[in-house]
Amino acid sequence: MAEIQALAQGFAVALSLTNLLLMFTGVILGVIIGVLPGLGGANGVAILLPLTFSMAQTPGGATSAIILLSCIYWGALFGGAITSILFNIPGEPWSVATTFDGYPLAQQGRAGNALTAAFTSSFIGALVAVILITFLSPVIANFALEFGPPEFFAVYFLTFCAFIGTSKEPAFKTLASMMLGFALAAVGTDPVTGTLRLTFGSTRLLTGFDFLVAVIGLFGIGEILLTLEEGLAFRGAKAKLNMRVVLETWKELPRYWLTSLRSSAVGCFMGIVPGGATPASFMSYGVARRFSPDGNKFGSGKLEGVVAPETAAHAAGTSALLPMITLGVPGSPTAAVLLGGLMIWGLQPGPLLFVEKPDFVWGLIASMYLGNIAGLLVVLTCVPLFASILRVPFSVIAPIIVVVCAIGAYTVHNAIFDVWMMVVFGVLGYLFKKLQYPLAPLVLAIVLGDAAEASFRQAMLMSQGGLSIFFANGLVGFLTGVALVLLFWPLVTWILAKARSR
Amino acid sequence: MTEEREGRVACRTKSAEIVVAALFLIAGVLVMYDSVRLGSTWGDDGPKPGYFPFYIGLIMTVAALINLAGGFIIPRDKNPPFVLTGQLKMVLTVLVPAAIYAGAISWIGIYVSSIVFIAFFMRWLGKFAWWKVAAVSAGTAVALFLVFERWFLVPLPKGPIEAFLGLS
Repeated sequence: MAEIQALAQGFAVALSLTNLLLMFTGVILGVIIGVLPGLGGANGVAILLPLTFSMAQTPGGATSAIILLSCIYWGALFGGAITSILFNIPGEPWSVATTFDGYPLAQQGRAGNALTAAFTSSFIGALVAVILITFLSPVIANFALEFGPPEFFAVYFLTFCAFIGTSKEPAFKTLASMMLGFALAAVGTDPVTGTLRLTFGSTRLLTGFDFLVAVIGLFGIGEILLTLEEGLAFRGAKAKLNMRVVLETWKELPRYWLTSLRSSAVGCFMGIVPGGATPASFMSYGVARRFSPDGNKFGSGKLEGVVAPETAAHAAGTSALLPMITLGVPGSPTAAVLLGGLMIWGLQPGPLLFVEKPDFVWGLIASMYLGNIAGLLVVLTCVPLFASILRVPFSVIAPIIVVVCAIGAYTVHNAIFDVWMMVVFGVLGYLFKKLQYPLAPLVLAIVLGDAAEASFRQAMLMSQGGLSIFFANGLVGFLTGVALVLLFWPLVTWILAKARSR
Repeated sequence: MTEEREGRVACRTKSAEIVVAALFLIAGVLVMYDSVRLGSTWGDDGPKPGYFPFYIGLIMTVAALINLAGGFIIPRDKNPPFVLTGQLKMVLTVLVPAAIYAGAISWIGIYVSSIVFIAFFMRWLGKFAWWKVAAVSAGTAVALFLVFERWFLVPLPKGPIEAFLGLS
């Protein structure tokens, strides 16, 4: 029951007028970011992060800042569905699966129903995940208080191996992209000895690469380049959403309770293990199609086909914050950016956060409940407004997005060099995306690189260089073991496939 | 829309795969080279600074070699186009101005270069009337100025024109 009490205190923090205002601002900004191509949860939060630097210095300001940023994230999760259903353009990668049934529904004139179903199931998915966070995170944090460097390195190792084991992209491309992230993280001053590494005599590289700049370039500029390839015009269905349609859909939705439940479970699992929202949404769509009595009608405009991916995407997106606040290991790129924000504000993410800053943690968790309610209200009432954003020609939107990205990159360190780096990362993002090099492990490696290296070196010091320390006790051995299984999973499936084809 | 997307094949997937894998290879070797320079072995007081990055570089090099081989064995008949000339043209019409824009910021500040960049885009690609171009580009700059300089007190780079107007 201690959780309920702590949560009540969290609500007291989150329910101040300023924080409620920030919540709605964040959600509205987030939906806009989610609707616009080229701006997504990760880089939307990255661009706005520098604006919170001064905000976080005031008392209680860090909580307000995280509420603003996490609500942008919720908004972006909601916003992706709008463009998928109305325009057949997924605003976010995790809403690709929503287009399969959402767009056919819109073509049949049932856009309102599809949108209501998408928003409501997003809300339910998020709610399940937040409840999970409320009750599970204190337990995990408490457990993790005992962790030493070997355990932490094992958790990081598990995180990165999970990418290789679960990603759709080729294993060696995932590996290459991840290692590039680690290498970029190593550039600059060595955190332990203070030696300069990988700077090759350049003074610009002294401070290393900032992951925020990388995120803005890879996701923002890269995405714009990809969108432009597809052409400039967007043609979409009309968005009409009135109370009658909403109620009508709500009457129909309870029929899919089993799908919702299954999708929430898939989503929560994929969010905590860093699979992320995108594979979760596809997996849940596939599962729902297999188990549904009219699974063969999926793809032709079934409401259930909207419910499944949206529930899972939100559940995954939300539960990705669970390992972030308890262990300091983010489950998704956006969670990684939020984690970076915490570090910049001077908070050390990880198990101690629950002990040292209970106001912050529980304020954040309470704001997850409130932010998702705010999100649901905003999207249900303002869909036509948001849809009209996409009717603004891309030749106006694109340069403005580039300008906003450039300012976001500049404000991270007040360095124009970062704007140039952003353009370089943009080209990399475009190439990587087209050649199936995943971006999420790259970003996570940049964020976690220093911490992973520090825990590895500390563990090595403890063991005088022996790798056996990663199997020294049951816990660390279990984590390392699971990680190794995930690491070699692609090899196992490859051998199985070879054996079967013979 | 379709006429923009067609065109000849500018580059095939095989070449793109090989080029990107080769870039990874170079990066991996560079990381290893610098790590060895710093000392990638066990020192008197524990691992030297290059210890961890060396293995990062090593894994990256191995992964890049495998990807490189994967690129080379793509058969000729299973080599889809990577980018068509029409697409490449679209991408470059954003990329080149964006690069110039990023370069111009240090000379004329972010506001003036943003105005020019947005205006160029709207006029060149969108073929908007001049008054619309002026309204949107100047409006964006003013909005940015108010949000960043006035409300959030985040100074952005400014050039000679702002200095002349007494804004910096």
